[in-house]
Amino acid sequence: MHERTAPPGATAPVFYEHEEHAHGDGGTLIGFWIYLMGDSLIFAILFATYGVLGRNYAAGPSGAELFDLRLVAVNTGLLLLSSITYGFAMLEMDKARIDTTLRWLAVTGLFGAGFLAIELFEFSHLIREGATPQRSAFLSAFFTLVGTHGLHVTFGILWLVVLMLQVRQRGLIAENQRRLLCLSMFWHFLDVVWIGVFTFVYLMGAMR
Amino acid sequence: MVLAHPPIARRARGSWLRRTRRGLVPLAAMGLLTGCNMVVLNPSGDIAVQQRNLLIASTALMLIVIVPVIALTFLYAWRYRASNAKAIYDPDWHHSTQLEVVIWTIPLLIIIALGAMTWISTHTLDPFRPLSRLAPNKPVPADVKPLTVQVVALDWKWLFLYPEHGVASLNEMAAPVDVPISFKITSSSVWNTFYVPALAGMVYAMPGMQTQLHAVMNKAGDFRGQSAHYSGSGFSRMNFGFRSLSPQDFDAWVAKTKASGTRLDRDAYLKIEKPSEAVPVQFFGTVENGLFDAILGLCVEPGQMCVAEMHHLDRSGGAGEASEANRERLEYDSRRGRSGDESPAATFPASGRPPQGSVQPEGMMPRDQELSRGGVNAPKSEPDQGQGNARPGAERGPAPAQLNNRPSDRHQH
Amino acid sequence: MFSNLDLRQLIFGRLTLEAIPYHEPILLGTFIAVAIGGAALLGAVTWYGKWGYLWREWFTSVDHKKIGIMYVVLAIVMLLRGFADAVMMITQKALSVGASEGYLPPHHYDQVFTAHGMIMIFFMAMPFVTGLMNYVMPLQIGARDVAFPFLNNFSFWMTAGGAALTMLSLFVGEFSRATWLAYAPLSGAAYSPGVGVDYYIWGLQIAGVGTTLSGINLIATIAKMRAPGMSLMKMPVFCWTTLASNALIVTIFPVLTATLALLSLDRYVGTHFFTNDFGGNTMLYMNLIWIWGHPEVYVLVLPAFGIYSEVTSTFCSKRLFGYTSMVYATMVIAVVSWLVWLHHFFTMGAGPTVNAFFGIASMIISIPTGAKVFNWLFTMYRGQIRFDVPFIWVMGFIPTFVIGGLTGVLLAVPPADFIVHNSLFLVAHFHNVIIGAVVFGVLAGLQYWFPKAFGYTLDPFWGKVSFWCWLIGFWVVFTPLYILGLMGVTRRTQHFDDPDVQPYLTVAAIGVFIIMAGILALLVQLVVSYFRREQLRDRTGDPWGGRTLEWSTSSPPPPYNFAYTPIIHDLDAWWDMKKRGHDRPLEGFRPIHMPKNTGTGVILAGLSTVLGFAMIWYIWWLAALSSAGLIATAVIHTFNYNRDFYIPAEDVTRLERERTAQLTRGVGADA
Repeated sequence: MHERTAPPGATAPVFYEHEEHAHGDGGTLIGFWIYLMGDSLIFAILFATYGVLGRNYAAGPSGAELFDLRLVAVNTGLLLLSSITYGFAMLEMDKARIDTTLRWLAVTGLFGAGFLAIELFEFSHLIREGATPQRSAFLSAFFTLVGTHGLHVTFGILWLVVLMLQVRQRGLIAENQRRLLCLSMFWHFLDVVWIGVFTFVYLMGAMR
Repeated sequence: MVLAHPPIARRARGSWLRRTRRGLVPLAAMGLLTGCNMVVLNPSGDIAVQQRNLLIASTALMLIVIVPVIALTFLYAWRYRASNAKAIYDPDWHHSTQLEVVIWTIPLLIIIALGAMTWISTHTLDPFRPLSRLAPNKPVPADVKPLTVQVVALDWKWLFLYPEHGVASLNEMAAPVDVPISFKITSSSVWNTFYVPALAGMVYAMPGMQTQLHAVMNKAGDFRGQSAHYSGSGFSRMNFGFRSLSPQDFDAWVAKTKASGTRLDRDAYLKIEKPSEAVPVQFFGTVENGLFDAILGLCVEPGQMCVAEMHHLDRSGGAGEASEANRERLEYDSRRGRSGDESPAATFPASGRPPQGSVQPEGMMPRDQELSRGGVNAPKSEPDQGQGNARPGAERGPAPAQLNNRPSDRHQH
Repeated sequence: MFSNLDLRQLIFGRLTLEAIPYHEPILLGTFIAVAIGGAALLGAVTWYGKWGYLWREWFTSVDHKKIGIMYVVLAIVMLLRGFADAVMMITQKALSVGASEGYLPPHHYDQVFTAHGMIMIFFMAMPFVTGLMNYVMPLQIGARDVAFPFLNNFSFWMTAGGAALTMLSLFVGEFSRATWLAYAPLSGAAYSPGVGVDYYIWGLQIAGVGTTLSGINLIATIAKMRAPGMSLMKMPVFCWTTLASNALIVTIFPVLTATLALLSLDRYVGTHFFTNDFGGNTMLYMNLIWIWGHPEVYVLVLPAFGIYSEVTSTFCSKRLFGYTSMVYATMVIAVVSWLVWLHHFFTMGAGPTVNAFFGIASMIISIPTGAKVFNWLFTMYRGQIRFDVPFIWVMGFIPTFVIGGLTGVLLAVPPADFIVHNSLFLVAHFHNVIIGAVVFGVLAGLQYWFPKAFGYTLDPFWGKVSFWCWLIGFWVVFTPLYILGLMGVTRRTQHFDDPDVQPYLTVAAIGVFIIMAGILALLVQLVVSYFRREQLRDRTGDPWGGRTLEWSTSSPPPPYNFAYTPIIHDLDAWWDMKKRGHDRPLEGFRPIHMPKNTGTGVILAGLSTVLGFAMIWYIWWLAALSSAGLIATAVIHTFNYNRDFYIPAEDVTRLERERTAQLTRGVGADA
């Protein structure tokens, strides 16, 4: 039974889809990409702020005096390695090996935690020397930019731990694979931002 | 009883009704752009006149497209109303390349014209650019030296320093007619704008920074100046008188100011710098050397480091790790808290007053009884010194005690 | 060493009993009214036993239609609050001339204008626009929901949480006095100590999270969930403007978040981003806030342009003229709007080249905008125009908006801007655009889509009363303000020495009351229409002779929107279907896959609001607790994998049969 509204003689094309089709990922990946873009804009603002205020030492210490490049180099190495190990985890995920995936994720988390530990050590060292965020606009911008990145890494580790639990609980099901993919994008994104921080803040700061 | 600026009260008080009628007439005749007191459209300084002309020229240019659009809107709405059987109905007509070209080109052409006007006028009327003429066809004579006036926006009053004459005045300034004026503008606490509508457009007054304005007044008379950028409690009364005088009268004004005998030194400045509202006009016969530079450098208080010195140190790579002493010398914004003066936009609980009440903030003039349900300038409740940033008081920093890790204070009290 | 004070501070932070303004008649009256109204509302809900219904069907709903409606309800409530502020401001201005002081002392007046600006933009215009986009866009692209339905619910509650926090400042403590954009250094800790700016910051940060996520959501929806055959260039114009608006949202709201975060660091930690001393830079704040602030105008106005396009082509019974150029114009406006922020502070002295660049860039926006106006005009040309209520808003919009555009271009010429910047001329200009384009647009949208959402049209008589009050009231308010601006009167002024300004301010105050009559007429219209709903019933689902897909389904649409996903062959898909004849499928329905409702969004937003309150009042233990609660709730939510369900085929069949019956009855009634 159909009600017809077509004028006589007209050939009506098909206007309704009678077969349901799968919805794909429903836009999670594009949504997450847009989120990362928004997040990178937050970092862009922090970088711009650092660019404007980065030499306003307020008659106080400068980056060249404060930064310990060797420490930062170790730190950078840890974070870069964690990106590689995350890559290994993803390769294992593709092969549907739960245990090795988890193992590589754990290694990634440990590298991340090491990175955070060194960063916290650096911060506490600076604060002990009187180079607090309140000392000058340069230090305000420095602590905020680096600290925001550190906060992202912290949440990344929390997310990682939660995901490891979920993978252990339910295995590498489609949802968990999608989540691992999102976290992977997040983790590499933090790596890219750190390369910016390392170059723009530490290297250029130390060379001044 | 204090009045903000007696010289400007030029209009006699009429009955409310008469004033209403006087106001409604220009309202009806708005299109004529000739309000009796529209100072922006009828200014007295050459710069403001040029800016006004630009406003009118741009309006005229825009009207080329605006008037037909409005007319066509009503014409089409009437002609193509559904009940009009005679009008053509063409539901499939939705594209016309020629028409598209036209509707993009007309605005484009207007904007090209307007853009050219903008580019040229923005450069010629740049407030930082010294004047090249006093009026149309009247270049600045070679022997005329511009008058320099240093302007400081304080919490709710204006301070004018005349470096060439060594005098200063508060809430009133004077300048000779047809002499270029070079304003150097700064502010003591928050942003304001320096704006004399009859003279020239406005420029921001910003603490620690200097902006400039070059302008000339072509008519003698008393005009009104104001801040146009909101700056806290007393903003509405942050007005001053601008007296445009003949050269002789101006000399007399300077002489009168000199004769006042009051000296504006750092101590006097620090006193008038505190927030206050509706302050009467004051004159200062002598001014301490370098006061304006110190104001600009946020270093009027003894022992403070000036911004310029800080910049110099920063350019040479900072002052090293042993520079803890510099920190004390750079504290500036926290001075209100240190001295116990209320900040210009403080709210509960830092204001020390009940929230949203009628008790006046510190430094404000008394309001009449009707307003004073909470008691006019009643002694405010003593703020809790330990409560977060509740009225900083002896508390140095903005941060709550829990977060503030400055070593210098707190243990002292 | 725990003195009594320390203990109290530990528990309540800087919150004391004195924070409640019980001694203020205005506030007390408002509070009593709100309390009685609120108690009555809560009592009624309890009496009729509707809590469960509200919680299950609305608060926890992930249905984009219900969320859209909740956004609009929030917007209308906040419109009343923001408008009350407007009434207070203009009456204070009109009274406070010469010797008189009016009735609002400066520090109270300052809060009123700050709240008015912030509430009207963030909690009136934004939710209204977001609500309409949320409701209409998925229907227009033939989707069953948005891409992330849970996120949608969460976004709404974050916006509502921010609004609640802002409203709370009325009764606990004070609101910011540092203007709606919290210009530094005035908004810094040194010059605005106290809770005011903190209320402002947390209200915005919480709502801002919601707005950003909703932006991501709607973009992903448009990108991934269009019905088959709907290529981008076959999308309705409203979807295009939604896309452009949300693209702006996701690029600018992170800027706002970062800027306000820096300001809060200055206030809470004592950093020096926007201070005068220690190398801070106040001009940086001005730049950052306007990098957000200018595109924000286009976030609001572009969807309104979309509404005008839909309404115009529907009520002219004609395809939109120049669809392609309309789309390009929208995108050009969106892109250029990123490059014009500096025109908000030409008077800072950035130098003539910079000023001229930004001035000319601002003018360039008027080219595509002009093209749009011409396109609406030529849509009317050779149309068959029905002057139903939605369309008369378009008629009010075009003349009002082009005059607002005119004064906007004046403000884009830097030297001309110098003489009218920060004046009432500027105030009149941006109200001319925000009211004339955005508010008129969302009200047109409300009149247009209301029958879709509720199944009956709005009473046209009260709609027309509302329109005329708004239009006349608008011009009666803002014509005097333009004149006052040309008299050199600055904005945000609480008192005037010059008695000449009083007549103009009095006229403006009368105008505000005319607008108030317009708002009341709108409320009356809603009530009257509810009681007349049987006469105004829309049985066809297509009361206006619509052209786009939302009119192809019933009014109100079933939870799944479309029993069968439509296939699109042409722009104006529904018009095409009606013209070429379509067979509405009546059988063979299958179960429909839908997302499940969840209360997590309400909980997360509630905890965020508590966190905001704790931070405002320095109640650190509560802040820590609510932060921990936030993280825990979010983590627990990820352990829930059971997020969707199927609407059984029988239910779909039943709902579609009802629709068939209604359609037949509708046809019978017409004949």
